[in-house]
Amino acid sequence: MSDNRTAADLRRRDFLAAAGVGAVAVATLPRMAKAEPKDADALVAKLIGGAQPKEGKVKIQMKDMAESGAAEPIAVTVESPMTAADHVKALHIVSEGNPNPGVSSWHFTPRSGKAEVSFRMRLGKTQVVRAYAVMSDGSVYMDKHEIKVTISGC
Amino acid sequence: MPAQIKSRIPSKAAKDEIIEIKLQITHDMESGHRKDASGKVLPRRIINKMVCTWNNEVVTSADWFPSMSANPFIVFYARATESGKITIKFHDDNGEVHETSADITVG
Repeated sequence: MSDNRTAADLRRRDFLAAAGVGAVAVATLPRMAKAEPKDADALVAKLIGGAQPKEGKVKIQMKDMAESGAAEPIAVTVESPMTAADHVKALHIVSEGNPNPGVSSWHFTPRSGKAEVSFRMRLGKTQVVRAYAVMSDGSVYMDKHEIKVTISGC
Repeated sequence: MPAQIKSRIPSKAAKDEIIEIKLQITHDMESGHRKDASGKVLPRRIINKMVCTWNNEVVTSADWFPSMSANPFIVFYARATESGKITIKFHDDNGEVHETSADITVG
Protein backbone atom coordinates (compact mmCIF):
# COMPACT_ATOMS: atom_id res chain seq x y z
CA MET A 1 0.00 0.00 0.00
CA SER A 2 2.76 2.40 0.88
CA ASP A 3 4.34 1.72 -2.49
CA ASN A 4 1.27 3.11 -4.21
CA ARG A 5 1.26 6.36 -2.25
CA THR A 6 1.23 9.46 -4.39
CA ALA A 7 2.97 12.68 -3.43
CA ALA A 8 -0.43 14.17 -2.61
CA ASP A 9 -1.15 11.26 -0.26
CA LEU A 10 2.13 11.79 1.54
CA ARG A 11 1.48 15.46 1.97
CA ARG A 12 -1.96 14.66 3.27
CA ARG A 13 -0.49 12.16 5.79
CA ASP A 14 2.09 14.68 6.94
CA PHE A 15 -0.54 17.31 7.33
CA LEU A 16 -2.79 15.02 9.37
CA ALA A 17 0.08 13.95 11.58
CA ALA A 18 1.14 17.53 12.17
CA ALA A 19 -2.45 18.58 12.87
CA GLY A 20 -2.83 15.66 15.28
CA VAL A 21 0.28 16.63 17.22
CA GLY A 22 -0.89 20.22 17.32
CA ALA A 23 -4.31 19.24 18.63
CA VAL A 24 -2.80 17.06 21.34
CA ALA A 25 -0.46 19.85 22.37
CA VAL A 26 -3.34 22.31 22.63
CA ALA A 27 -5.53 19.84 24.49
CA THR A 28 -2.87 19.07 27.08
CA LEU A 29 -1.77 22.67 27.59
CA PRO A 30 -3.91 23.37 30.65
CA ARG A 31 -2.57 20.23 32.32
CA MET A 32 1.01 20.96 31.39
CA ALA A 33 0.78 24.42 32.92
CA LYS A 34 2.08 23.20 36.28
CA ALA A 35 3.29 25.95 38.54
CA GLU A 36 6.99 26.25 39.07
CA PRO A 37 8.75 28.19 41.79
CA LYS A 38 9.14 31.10 39.37
CA ASP A 39 5.35 31.27 38.89
CA ALA A 40 5.01 31.46 42.66
CA ASP A 41 7.63 34.25 42.67
CA ALA A 42 5.66 36.17 40.03
CA LEU A 43 2.46 35.88 42.07
CA VAL A 44 4.24 36.92 45.27
CA ALA A 45 5.66 39.99 43.50
CA LYS A 46 2.09 40.93 42.57
CA LEU A 47 0.75 40.30 46.08
CA ILE A 48 3.41 42.03 48.18
CA GLY A 49 4.94 44.43 45.66
CA GLY A 50 8.61 45.20 46.05
CA ALA A 51 8.76 44.44 49.79
CA GLN A 52 11.67 42.25 50.93
CA PRO A 53 10.24 39.39 52.98
CA LYS A 54 12.08 38.52 56.20
CA GLU A 55 12.07 35.11 57.84
CA GLY A 56 10.27 34.81 61.16
CA LYS A 57 6.97 35.66 62.88
CA VAL A 58 5.07 33.43 60.42
CA LYS A 59 4.75 29.71 61.07
CA ILE A 60 3.29 27.08 58.76
CA GLN A 61 2.13 23.92 60.49
CA MET A 62 1.52 20.95 58.27
CA LYS A 63 2.76 17.42 57.91
CA ASP A 64 6.05 16.62 56.15
CA MET A 65 4.43 13.91 54.09
CA ALA A 66 0.93 13.64 52.66
CA GLU A 67 -0.48 10.37 51.35
CA SER A 68 -3.14 12.14 49.33
CA GLY A 69 -2.90 15.71 48.17
CA ALA A 70 -6.67 16.15 48.01
CA ALA A 71 -7.25 17.86 51.35
CA GLU A 72 -4.16 18.38 53.43
CA PRO A 73 -4.67 20.29 56.70
CA ILE A 74 -2.53 23.40 57.02
CA ALA A 75 -2.45 26.00 59.79
CA VAL A 76 -0.63 29.31 59.55
CA THR A 77 0.06 31.48 62.58
CA VAL A 78 1.50 35.00 62.63
CA GLU A 79 2.88 36.59 65.79
CA SER A 80 1.24 39.97 66.25
CA PRO A 81 -0.53 41.93 69.02
CA MET A 82 -3.34 42.68 66.48
CA THR A 83 -3.89 46.25 67.71
CA ALA A 84 -4.93 49.18 65.54
CA ALA A 85 -1.30 50.35 65.44
CA ASP A 86 0.33 46.98 64.90
CA HIS A 87 -1.52 44.17 63.17
CA VAL A 88 -1.29 41.74 60.31
CA LYS A 89 -3.07 43.10 57.25
CA ALA A 90 -2.82 40.14 54.93
CA LEU A 91 -1.63 36.57 54.88
CA HIS A 92 -0.93 34.95 51.51
CA ILE A 93 -0.46 31.21 51.11
CA VAL A 94 1.34 30.27 47.90
CA SER A 95 2.10 26.87 46.37
CA GLU A 96 5.21 26.20 44.27
CA GLY A 97 3.88 23.02 42.68
CA ASN A 98 0.15 23.39 41.97
CA PRO A 99 -1.31 24.37 38.56
CA ASN A 100 -2.16 27.77 40.08
CA PRO A 101 0.34 29.14 42.59
CA GLY A 102 -2.31 30.98 44.64
CA VAL A 103 -3.94 29.02 47.47
CA SER A 104 -5.66 31.68 49.57
CA SER A 105 -5.14 35.27 50.69
CA TRP A 106 -6.58 36.25 54.06
CA HIS A 107 -7.28 39.86 55.05
CA PHE A 108 -7.30 40.67 58.75
CA THR A 109 -8.33 43.64 60.87
CA PRO A 110 -7.57 44.38 64.54
CA ARG A 111 -10.96 42.77 65.23
CA SER A 112 -9.65 39.45 63.93
CA GLY A 113 -8.12 38.99 67.41
CA LYS A 114 -5.28 36.86 66.17
CA ALA A 115 -3.77 36.23 62.79
CA GLU A 116 -4.22 32.52 62.60
CA VAL A 117 -6.07 30.40 60.06
CA SER A 118 -6.39 26.76 59.27
CA PHE A 119 -7.91 25.10 56.25
CA ARG A 120 -7.28 22.21 53.87
CA MET A 121 -5.44 22.55 50.61
CA ARG A 122 -4.79 20.56 47.46
CA LEU A 123 -1.24 19.46 46.67
CA GLY A 124 -0.39 18.52 43.08
CA LYS A 125 3.05 17.09 43.83
CA THR A 126 5.91 17.19 46.30
CA GLN A 127 6.57 20.86 46.77
CA VAL A 128 7.26 23.85 48.98
CA VAL A 129 4.33 25.78 50.44
CA ARG A 130 5.03 29.40 51.40
CA ALA A 131 3.20 31.90 53.58
CA TYR A 132 3.72 35.68 53.49
CA ALA A 133 2.37 38.02 56.17
CA VAL A 134 1.99 41.71 55.34
CA MET A 135 2.11 43.81 58.52
CA SER A 136 0.35 47.14 59.07
CA ASP A 137 3.72 48.96 58.88
CA GLY A 138 4.32 47.47 55.43
CA SER A 139 6.98 44.94 56.45
CA VAL A 140 6.61 41.39 55.15
CA TYR A 141 7.51 38.15 56.93
CA MET A 142 7.49 34.66 55.46
CA ASP A 143 7.86 30.97 56.19
CA LYS A 144 8.10 27.93 53.95
CA HIS A 145 7.45 24.25 54.41
CA GLU A 146 8.37 21.33 52.18
CA ILE A 147 5.85 18.53 51.92
CA LYS A 148 6.19 15.23 50.11
CA VAL A 149 3.08 14.10 48.25
CA THR A 150 2.38 10.51 47.25
CA ILE A 151 -0.86 10.97 45.30
CA SER A 152 -1.62 14.19 43.47
CA GLY A 153 -4.72 16.05 44.58
CA CYS A 154 -5.13 18.50 41.71
CA MET B 1 -27.04 20.20 45.64
CA PRO B 2 -27.31 23.49 47.49
CA ALA B 3 -24.23 24.29 49.52
CA GLN B 4 -24.69 23.35 53.15
CA ILE B 5 -22.79 25.25 55.80
CA LYS B 6 -21.99 23.83 59.20
CA SER B 7 -20.65 26.29 61.72
CA ARG B 8 -19.39 26.32 65.26
CA ILE B 9 -19.49 29.80 66.72
CA PRO B 10 -19.82 30.39 70.48
CA SER B 11 -23.11 31.96 71.57
CA LYS B 12 -21.50 33.75 74.53
CA ALA B 13 -18.14 35.41 75.07
CA ALA B 14 -16.44 37.75 77.54
CA LYS B 15 -15.62 41.26 76.34
CA ASP B 16 -12.38 41.22 74.29
CA GLU B 17 -12.19 37.44 74.39
CA ILE B 18 -10.85 35.92 71.19
CA ILE B 19 -13.37 33.44 69.86
CA GLU B 20 -12.84 30.64 67.40
CA ILE B 21 -15.01 30.45 64.27
CA LYS B 22 -15.13 27.04 62.62
CA LEU B 23 -16.93 26.44 59.35
CA GLN B 24 -17.42 23.68 56.85
CA ILE B 25 -19.23 24.19 53.57
CA THR B 26 -20.15 21.40 51.18
CA HIS B 27 -18.84 22.48 47.79
CA ASP B 28 -17.03 20.63 44.98
CA MET B 29 -14.55 23.49 44.49
CA GLU B 30 -14.18 22.32 40.88
CA SER B 31 -10.69 23.53 40.04
CA GLY B 32 -11.04 23.91 36.27
CA HIS B 33 -8.12 21.52 35.71
CA ARG B 34 -10.00 18.21 35.81
CA LYS B 35 -11.50 16.47 32.81
CA ASP B 36 -14.61 14.33 32.58
CA ALA B 37 -14.71 10.81 31.10
CA SER B 38 -14.92 12.17 27.53
CA GLY B 39 -11.84 14.35 28.04
CA LYS B 40 -13.69 17.64 28.25
CA VAL B 41 -12.29 20.08 30.82
CA LEU B 42 -14.80 20.63 33.62
CA PRO B 43 -15.37 24.36 34.00
CA ARG B 44 -14.00 26.01 37.13
CA ARG B 45 -16.52 26.58 39.87
CA ILE B 46 -15.17 27.43 43.28
CA ILE B 47 -15.94 29.71 46.19
CA ASN B 48 -13.65 32.63 45.39
CA LYS B 49 -14.30 34.84 48.39
CA MET B 50 -15.26 34.54 52.02
CA VAL B 51 -16.27 37.50 54.15
CA CYS B 52 -16.96 37.42 57.89
CA THR B 53 -18.75 40.41 59.37
CA TRP B 54 -19.69 41.25 62.96
CA ASN B 55 -22.70 43.59 63.05
CA ASN B 56 -21.99 44.42 59.40
CA GLU B 57 -18.38 45.39 60.02
CA VAL B 58 -15.81 43.24 58.22
CA VAL B 59 -13.64 41.27 60.64
CA THR B 60 -11.78 38.88 58.33
CA SER B 61 -12.08 38.13 54.64
CA ALA B 62 -10.27 35.85 52.24
CA ASP B 63 -9.74 35.30 48.53
CA TRP B 64 -9.66 31.64 47.58
CA PHE B 65 -8.08 29.96 44.58
CA PRO B 66 -8.49 26.48 43.05
CA SER B 67 -5.85 25.02 45.41
CA MET B 68 -8.37 25.12 48.26
CA SER B 69 -9.71 21.62 48.90
CA ALA B 70 -13.24 20.46 48.15
CA ASN B 71 -15.69 20.94 51.03
CA PRO B 72 -13.58 23.68 52.63
CA PHE B 73 -13.12 23.35 56.37
CA ILE B 74 -11.76 26.54 57.87
CA VAL B 75 -10.94 27.99 61.27
CA PHE B 76 -10.22 31.63 62.08
CA TYR B 77 -10.72 34.00 64.99
CA ALA B 78 -12.47 37.20 66.06
CA ARG B 79 -12.25 39.56 69.03
CA ALA B 80 -15.55 39.75 70.90
CA THR B 81 -16.43 43.44 70.87
CA GLU B 82 -20.18 43.69 71.32
CA SER B 83 -23.30 41.54 71.26
CA GLY B 84 -24.86 41.05 67.90
CA LYS B 85 -24.73 38.97 64.78
CA ILE B 86 -21.78 37.26 63.11
CA THR B 87 -22.38 36.62 59.41
CA ILE B 88 -20.20 34.66 57.03
CA LYS B 89 -20.76 34.89 53.28
CA PHE B 90 -19.24 32.61 50.67
CA HIS B 91 -19.16 34.01 47.13
CA ASP B 92 -19.48 31.34 44.44
CA ASP B 93 -17.99 31.63 40.91
CA ASN B 94 -21.55 31.32 39.55
CA GLY B 95 -22.62 34.48 41.39
CA GLU B 96 -24.49 32.76 44.21
CA VAL B 97 -23.76 33.80 47.77
CA HIS B 98 -23.97 31.13 50.46
CA GLU B 99 -24.54 32.63 53.87
CA THR B 100 -24.73 31.63 57.51
CA SER B 101 -25.04 33.69 60.66
CA ALA B 102 -25.02 33.29 64.42
CA ASP B 103 -26.05 35.47 67.35
CA ILE B 104 -23.55 36.14 70.09
CA THR B 105 -23.90 37.73 73.50
CA VAL B 106 -20.84 39.58 74.79
CA GLY B 107 -20.38 40.60 78.42
